[in-house]
Amino acid sequence: MLKHESIETNAGLLIILTLVAIGIGGLVEIVPLFYIDGTIEKVQTADGKDAVRPYTPLEQRGRDIYIREGCYTCHSQMIRPFRDEALRYGHYSLAAESQYDHPFQWGSMRRGPDLARVGGKYSNGWHVKHLNNPRDVVPTSIMPSYPWLLKNDLAYGDIKDRMIALKKVGVPYSLTQLEYDANVKKFGEEVAKMLDINNADANLLAQAQEKNTDGDPSRVTEMEALVAYLQVLGTMVDFKAHDEHEFIQFR
Amino acid sequence: MAYKDPITGVETTGHVWDDDLQEFNNPLPRWWLWAFYGTVIFALIYWTIYPAWPIGKSYTKGIMNDITYTTRSGEYTTHWNTRALLQKEMVSGEMALIQKKELEKVKGMSYADIAKDADTQAFVQSFGKGIFGDYCAACHQTGGVGVIGAYPNLSDDAWLWGGTTKDIENTIRHGRLGFMPSYKDTLSEEKINEVANYVLSLSGEKSDPVLAAKGKEIFQGNEGGCYACHTTEAKGMKEQGSANLTDQIWTIADVKGVDSAEAKLNAVKSVITNGVTRRMPAWGERLKDTEIKVLTAYISSFGAGQ
Repeated sequence: MLKHESIETNAGLLIILTLVAIGIGGLVEIVPLFYIDGTIEKVQTADGKDAVRPYTPLEQRGRDIYIREGCYTCHSQMIRPFRDEALRYGHYSLAAESQYDHPFQWGSMRRGPDLARVGGKYSNGWHVKHLNNPRDVVPTSIMPSYPWLLKNDLAYGDIKDRMIALKKVGVPYSLTQLEYDANVKKFGEEVAKMLDINNADANLLAQAQEKNTDGDPSRVTEMEALVAYLQVLGTMVDFKAHDEHEFIQFR
Repeated sequence: MAYKDPITGVETTGHVWDDDLQEFNNPLPRWWLWAFYGTVIFALIYWTIYPAWPIGKSYTKGIMNDITYTTRSGEYTTHWNTRALLQKEMVSGEMALIQKKELEKVKGMSYADIAKDADTQAFVQSFGKGIFGDYCAACHQTGGVGVIGAYPNLSDDAWLWGGTTKDIENTIRHGRLGFMPSYKDTLSEEKINEVANYVLSLSGEKSDPVLAAKGKEIFQGNEGGCYACHTTEAKGMKEQGSANLTDQIWTIADVKGVDSAEAKLNAVKSVITNGVTRRMPAWGERLKDTEIKVLTAYISSFGAGQ
């Protein structure tokens, strides 16, 4: 029989029992979400494909840089279902939209604006200028400058390993023909090609060169990856094509 | 078994540290205890009314908490949830209705009437400022003053793509791609210098008349072909977004921002050498029609509409 005294006088036991008590509180809140239907909304395009796809290799590398530079310490990626947020940032974030994010970037601190729907809001050129030195375009900005993004070549030698790691936690990148075929069915052929780990390097290069955000086609910079990531944020679901009821019924 | 402190007679928890350090076991204050029971009762009521407990693949939805909301496809009633609450607020909330009334009014009015009607103008100023601040000011800056060399000034009376409300609305809806080719492979440095002198002379800036005369031939002839976009009068064409070179307003070469004649010449030469590519994004997909109308009216009110 555990007595008040034996817990209080034994720090090791006290720590373990404290963790158990907090753990119960956490698990009760979190675990059910994994098996409740509709936690992640089913959002499909008109032709029956999944609207939300995993990131392309270039976007994924951009995401890594986003995390490396600590963007999440000031920017959230979670528009909450409130009127003021809807008016400023756009449609509230769906769970489906961050289903392939590992780790998610919802954040809890907004020193800067929310970025969940920043994709397409500003031009590539604006992003390059802004990241290089925010004061060039927003005189009152308190955001730090990131001039090295334009100088650093993007390291992508390990892109395949990165995608394999994400695949292990459930992101549907494909390695085998079978997985590729499943992706064609789920996302359509065009997207499935971008999710093929075997062609990751070529896909990354092709996307960087097509966009050529930094104006120098001969190299791929970290800037290009980050801008590609920012420009896709919040753009996968076409909210004009859906009725609001579709999203509300999942809650 | 109860332990007692021998001096005060108060009950203790029974364990003793460092020979004589003990902990009194006084009862909890009554007010605290009742507050605690209160929170327990609150929780029970909360669990009943609001969605609370997971059961299998679903959860308890709560009782007496129905929300009725309207979407494009009709009217629905559901248990309490923040999404339905938001939908209701966005469609029929107090503020939403006031805003909707104003927006309906704007929708039915011509731009000329909006400018004249003080109430509507006040709404346009406040609602438009919000949209402009969020979507436009990142480039065009607060008040639309722009950034020389990058983003056009919207508060002066020079409009690359036209300054009528129709032009402004078109620009917002479809975006613009401003393009001037680079001449570094077409014209020698010497010739670029001559054209730059001519361009400066057009607006009365200091220039070398001999070089300017040579530059004029290049500008107006097939060698440079500048007249094709800037017109033979060099006043620009709004269909092309080409700049008027005869006025005192410079949008890319920062001629007014530098003092020496040499720096002014270099600024113009740099534009001719490197060309210009500027893209304004299209907002037609992102903003609603009425928002674009308010924004157009707002931008026109910067004092520079045509």
